Amino acid sequence: MQYYKGYEMVIGLEVHVELNTETKIFCSCPTTFGAAPNTHVCPVCMGLPGTLPVLNGKVVEYAVKAGLATNCQIAKYSKEDRKNYFYPDLPKAYQISQYDLPLCEHGWLEIETENGAKKIGITRIHIEEDAGKLVHDDEHGTMIDCNRCGVPLIEIVSEPDIRSAEEAEAYMRKLRATILYTGVSDCKMNEGSMRCDVNLSVRKVGETAFGTRTEMKNLNSFRFVVKAIEYEYKRQVEAIEKGETIVQETRRFDPDTGKTYTMRSKEDANDYRYFPDPDLPPIVLTREQIEAFRAEIPELPDARKAKYMQQYALSAYDSEQLTADRAMADWFEQVAGQTAYPKIAANMLISDILRMVDSESFSCPIAPDQMAKLCDLFGEDVINSSTAKKLLQRMFADGIDPEKTVREENLAQINDEAILEQEVRKAAAANPKSVADYKKGKTAAAKAIVGQVMKALGGRANPVKLGEITEKVLKES
Amino acid sequence: MNELVKRTLSQQIDGLKNGEFSAKELTQAYLTQIEEKEKDIGAYISIFPEQALAAAEAVDQKRAAGQPLALLAGIPAGIKDNICTRNIRTTCASKMLGEYVPPYDADVIERLKKNDYVLLGKLNMDEFAMGSSCENSAFHPTHNPADLTRVPGGSSGGSAAAVAAMEAAYSLGSDTGGSIRQPASFCGVVGMKPTYGSVSRYGLIAFASSLDQIGPLTRTVEDNAIVLNAISGHDKRDATSLARQTADFTADIGKGVKGLSIGIPKEFFAEGIAPEVKNAVLNAAGIFEKMGAQLHEVSMPSIPHALSAYYIISSAEASSNLARFDGIRYGYRAKDFDDITDLYLSSRSEGFGKEVKRRIMLGTFALSSGYYDAYYKKAQQVRSLVTADFNRVFESCDVILSPVAPTPAYKIGEKSADPLEMYMGDAYSVPVNIAGVPALSLPCGATETGLPIGCQLIGKVFSESLLYRVGAALENARKERM
Repeated sequence: MQYYKGYEMVIGLEVHVELNTETKIFCSCPTTFGAAPNTHVCPVCMGLPGTLPVLNGKVVEYAVKAGLATNCQIAKYSKEDRKNYFYPDLPKAYQISQYDLPLCEHGWLEIETENGAKKIGITRIHIEEDAGKLVHDDEHGTMIDCNRCGVPLIEIVSEPDIRSAEEAEAYMRKLRATILYTGVSDCKMNEGSMRCDVNLSVRKVGETAFGTRTEMKNLNSFRFVVKAIEYEYKRQVEAIEKGETIVQETRRFDPDTGKTYTMRSKEDANDYRYFPDPDLPPIVLTREQIEAFRAEIPELPDARKAKYMQQYALSAYDSEQLTADRAMADWFEQVAGQTAYPKIAANMLISDILRMVDSESFSCPIAPDQMAKLCDLFGEDVINSSTAKKLLQRMFADGIDPEKTVREENLAQINDEAILEQEVRKAAAANPKSVADYKKGKTAAAKAIVGQVMKALGGRANPVKLGEITEKVLKES
Repeated sequence: MNELVKRTLSQQIDGLKNGEFSAKELTQAYLTQIEEKEKDIGAYISIFPEQALAAAEAVDQKRAAGQPLALLAGIPAGIKDNICTRNIRTTCASKMLGEYVPPYDADVIERLKKNDYVLLGKLNMDEFAMGSSCENSAFHPTHNPADLTRVPGGSSGGSAAAVAAMEAAYSLGSDTGGSIRQPASFCGVVGMKPTYGSVSRYGLIAFASSLDQIGPLTRTVEDNAIVLNAISGHDKRDATSLARQTADFTADIGKGVKGLSIGIPKEFFAEGIAPEVKNAVLNAAGIFEKMGAQLHEVSMPSIPHALSAYYIISSAEASSNLARFDGIRYGYRAKDFDDITDLYLSSRSEGFGKEVKRRIMLGTFALSSGYYDAYYKKAQQVRSLVTADFNRVFESCDVILSPVAPTPAYKIGEKSADPLEMYMGDAYSVPVNIAGVPALSLPCGATETGLPIGCQLIGKVFSESLLYRVGAALENARKERM
């Protein structure tokens, strides 16, 4: 669905990320997730009359680090503004955010899709406070939990550079990886510490003007982002094809139906009456402070990716995947450092281990040195790939030692050509029909023989050698 | 009238120290005075006789046990009802907060508690500090002790009237555009609007955050300095609080004005000023000159624009500050509503008074998209000009002398129908808040009918000690003449 009916999509993302500072942005309440309602609150974050905000310096530090990691310019002078609107989850009836002088601007991230590399511009990153949570309950009606009020957020606004759902997902994954590396957020989409608003419009391929965009709010998984984009793109194209005009509006994505629905149109949009918050002095940063923050940022995904491509001869795509999670990359590097076959390690990680672990936060119970041993066993042809896969599963589940298990259970691959040939001949003698089929040109019949031999040798035959010998024997007979 | 309440604050401090009388006796004297006067004056919204006596008794016990006590220990005070007092109703004189009890103390209250102060009660004011006459209280108006048919000024009308009527030894008010100084001048007491950032705003229910400042009202200049000593100081809970050298604000009192240069800006004596006010202030200037100060007529061309800028900035900030009163979590909630929007609309329509709603509308408009540049931004530019004018004058002058308000206290009801005329009365007081500088309001004369007239001494930031010194010199000279 790259260009449905000749239309391309134009997408910009606004991503909210909760910073994992110990205390809230304007008071000293804890930010930990999951506490009993209204236990992490004080007069300040409850917005009680007479209270005043005092900016948590860590929030500035973390936001600047996120900005530096995404190649932004850091403002030496920025300020905080009030965004005024009424909603029961917003105790002061204004959100302290940043309007015209954000902390970070003009950044970019490079994404890798199957079409290659592409830079996505980042317009700005600003700091703001989160709102509370409304809890609906049949007995009590609607209640307010203020624990989340004042949890620090950064909003990362991309340029409208994204042209497909795949690019949107790649950008989100890259952004998440980059922020995870800096350590300023845990980016847990299922807990809401990373959420995404999608701005999407369509236009005829080749046009330069933007179409009318709609905004889809609070998408909290990569899958929903992709689904919402695919649905909304199709909806807009079909509307235009029918001669309808797209209305600038906010739409809600329903994960159950996979569709988007009108929430409010532009006419109903708030005039937020932004103005500088008189309770908070401007944020002033020196070059020295910014450089000190920069020095604390660890090696980022792109740097690691380049290293993997060069050092381990991995593809750009595989390297991108391996570096998407700092914990995964760390684990991979430990394995790669102890095996002569890092490429095998990379393949097993991407194609097997990733299916076994939590996709949100990588954690693998296999000790890196054990994994390295497994890679060596396979790399040195001691075991074949099916044995390697089986061992990997048991290492993951039961923590077995691969070397010991291979030895004790006699799982080593049979490379001895004499043994293999003997077995092939036995199998051929027992399966004259397969031999006849092969001779008639049904080359697939060789597989039946290979299967027989594998079965007879407990799956331990060297598959490459077995294949060669089978061909040879069948051709001779 | 009990003799004890006639004493100045510093005389009371001495009396307590010397054991002439106890804190309980002093507190009882004020409670008796309140009982006698309050029906005519109406300075208080809430009065706490038992708690006050208990606090006083505790001070007496401490003194008897030989424990160290702060200067203000055992001295009874009234607090403006927009300053949060823990577990004590704080109403802002609004139906909206009619039953609101804060769970925490304002910074100034914490400081006074450390001084073992005695809280007599919470004082009346214009609702949310919006007004200049104390007529905008949702509870009752306050009457001027000098003439009960007249307003005490506002918004800290209760704070000024209580001190003038000797219903409190001192009081705290708040000043956003003259709310301490103008009622002080109307009631004939001393009021200080300190440098912005000297007194923590933590716990002061905000009207206009960039202008609000808490300050003391007292009967004498020295008393005022004593109270400011107790309530000022850096507070890390207020990001606009300034770290300044802790100084004893009474230190320079008595040093006279010889050699000081006093600026008299002609823009503060413009059209609309009552001749009696003008004469009284110029008379004060003459006194200063006789005592050896040099007078300089100066010009501050931005001053005529300060009033409009003030009403835009203060209303804009108020429209946002008062948005939290939505009937959801605390405060007044309308009984009948259909949905969430109706709940907001009805609660705010019923909970706020007319003047508050007028300012919210004004401020909302000024911040609206498409109008921001023409109003709010322009007002901020005027603000810079006013600040620059003050800075320029202070290059050559030590203090500025001006009237506080163009007229003495007017009749209750006289101006309440015409908000614009009421606003005009703030023309001389608001430039001080716009520039963030300190100003002292103190009596300088009276009308023929005996209404107090005040003058205003304005200094550069952090010059409170100098203002007290100059103010005390005037106070002393006037006392000697009488």
